[in-house]
Amino acid sequence: MGKNIKMALTNSYIQERLKEKFGDQVYNFEETYGMLSFEAPKDHNLKVMQFLFDDETLQFRFLTDLCAVNYPDDKGRELAVVYHLHNLVENVRIRFKVFTSVETPDVFTASQLFSSANWMERETYDFYGVNFVGHPNLKRILNVDEMDYFPLRKEYPLEDQTRIDKDDEMFGRG
Amino acid sequence: MLAHQQHNIKLPEGSIEKETTTLNVGPTHPATHGVFQNIMELDGERVVSTEQTVGYIHRAFEKLAERRPLYQITPITDRLNYCSSPINNMGWHLTCEKLLGVQTPKRVDYLRIIIMELARISDHLICNSIVGVDTGAYTGFLYVMQYRELIYEIYEEVCGSRLTTNIGRIGGFERNFSNTAFTKLEKFLNEYPKVLKEFENLFARNRIFMDRTQGTGGISAERALNYGFTGPNLRAAGVDYDVRVHSPYSSYEDFNFTVPVGKTGDNYDRFLVRNAEMWQSLSIIEQAYQKIQEFKGADAEVYHANVPEYYLPKKEDVYTKMEALIWHFKIIMGEVDMPKGEVYQAVEGGNGELGFYLISDGGRTPFRLHFRRPCFIYYQAYPELIQGGMLSDAIVTMSSLNLIAGELDA
Repeated sequence: MGKNIKMALTNSYIQERLKEKFGDQVYNFEETYGMLSFEAPKDHNLKVMQFLFDDETLQFRFLTDLCAVNYPDDKGRELAVVYHLHNLVENVRIRFKVFTSVETPDVFTASQLFSSANWMERETYDFYGVNFVGHPNLKRILNVDEMDYFPLRKEYPLEDQTRIDKDDEMFGRG
Repeated sequence: MLAHQQHNIKLPEGSIEKETTTLNVGPTHPATHGVFQNIMELDGERVVSTEQTVGYIHRAFEKLAERRPLYQITPITDRLNYCSSPINNMGWHLTCEKLLGVQTPKRVDYLRIIIMELARISDHLICNSIVGVDTGAYTGFLYVMQYRELIYEIYEEVCGSRLTTNIGRIGGFERNFSNTAFTKLEKFLNEYPKVLKEFENLFARNRIFMDRTQGTGGISAERALNYGFTGPNLRAAGVDYDVRVHSPYSSYEDFNFTVPVGKTGDNYDRFLVRNAEMWQSLSIIEQAYQKIQEFKGADAEVYHANVPEYYLPKKEDVYTKMEALIWHFKIIMGEVDMPKGEVYQAVEGGNGELGFYLISDGGRTPFRLHFRRPCFIYYQAYPELIQGGMLSDAIVTMSSLNLIAGELDA
């Protein structure tokens, strides 16, 4: 068995359509392991995703994943929000990134377009502190509500240094 | 601060109550199979709204993974969907192999498929029998546990553990499947179809079960896709998206199987889809077992690809040969650097598309590893599924969605 789904939608076609519509507002096109990946300025994230959703030839109507990455050395671009979109009909995946600085980590929310983005953005906020503008319920989801820092940022070590209840002696690290 | 005070909970039209009842279907509750909390607002028996809390079993896997070399991450992937941990392990190995550019031999792929489909059967058995338990039928659950036990024994023969298996290695398996493993597999293939048929007969046309599950917890295909549903829950709503067919991995394209699809996405359809998938998995295992028996001679002894940087050499070689000793040391101490790159690999887990997004900056540990957890994503839809329904239907919906707490929180 094994369906050989004819890929009428190629990465170069997607790139062309994006360039046509957005010009130099989409850049850093890369093709890693077969998946096209590109970037846009953070205030264009909804416009790009809406275009990818609505366009009849592109039809990226499934949000597979939404997460963030912290690049502490990239000044002004420390936090990247990465969207993985999927065209289920033609079976094509695409990766879309927006970068934001850590001082003003505001990105428009995708939860109006994709209901699945709701919790994924809460998780991203919880771990990285990305503020999703317009999110209906942006509060911590996996960590305790009282936590006052964003643990997955590279500046924080693996273990919580603010805990006073764990006795290092008992853990062999006294 | 009570959650329901934050939003305006309005009683529905025609209600005879004066205010809604707040019910805490708390994190420790026999009906929530796992730790997650729902603070429900009820109008009598009907659910008006619910506030969900997850994160009780959050173990910071994504942060942990940034400190561990690749093979040390396998044990933490076990603990995502712990009812079918081999699938998580294989998904992770496939991600690493994609990054490293490793091509696994066919025999390894077929062995992996056997293990993954056994895991899928084990996961769906739990889900379906628990839906039975929640509607009051306890016997089915205990009856099929005997066969889950046999599946665990098969895992034990291969990797030594039963539940959190840490099975396989990058490039293949840690040892060839022993004759005992194949004997147990044959026993399973001989005895299980009859048991599955009995289990199916217990529920599929049972008047009480059908009345409890039909028409409750339904979702349309459009809403399901918008909510990011994948796996049996999406297929019950009518969309035939299965990662094994769309982006075949580990030689799934060599196998003949159908993808069962439901219509209304309600609890009954989900039960039937999972049931049908178990039959399909059984067929795939039989085909894979036949294909494995066709390998002769040296081919029949192959159980891993040649990946010296990540696959521990044989102990006899470590004690006698220089390079093997050096590789052993480098691998154990995590001194091997990964190639740079970003890779996304998806596998069809028991609950849907389990994705691994791995960013490597050329060091010994991942720069970023993100798990795309299907349970977490579709659990968001739960308030919409139970809105306006009865409380007892909400409980059955929760178990028919197959929510595994480990995968919710990671």
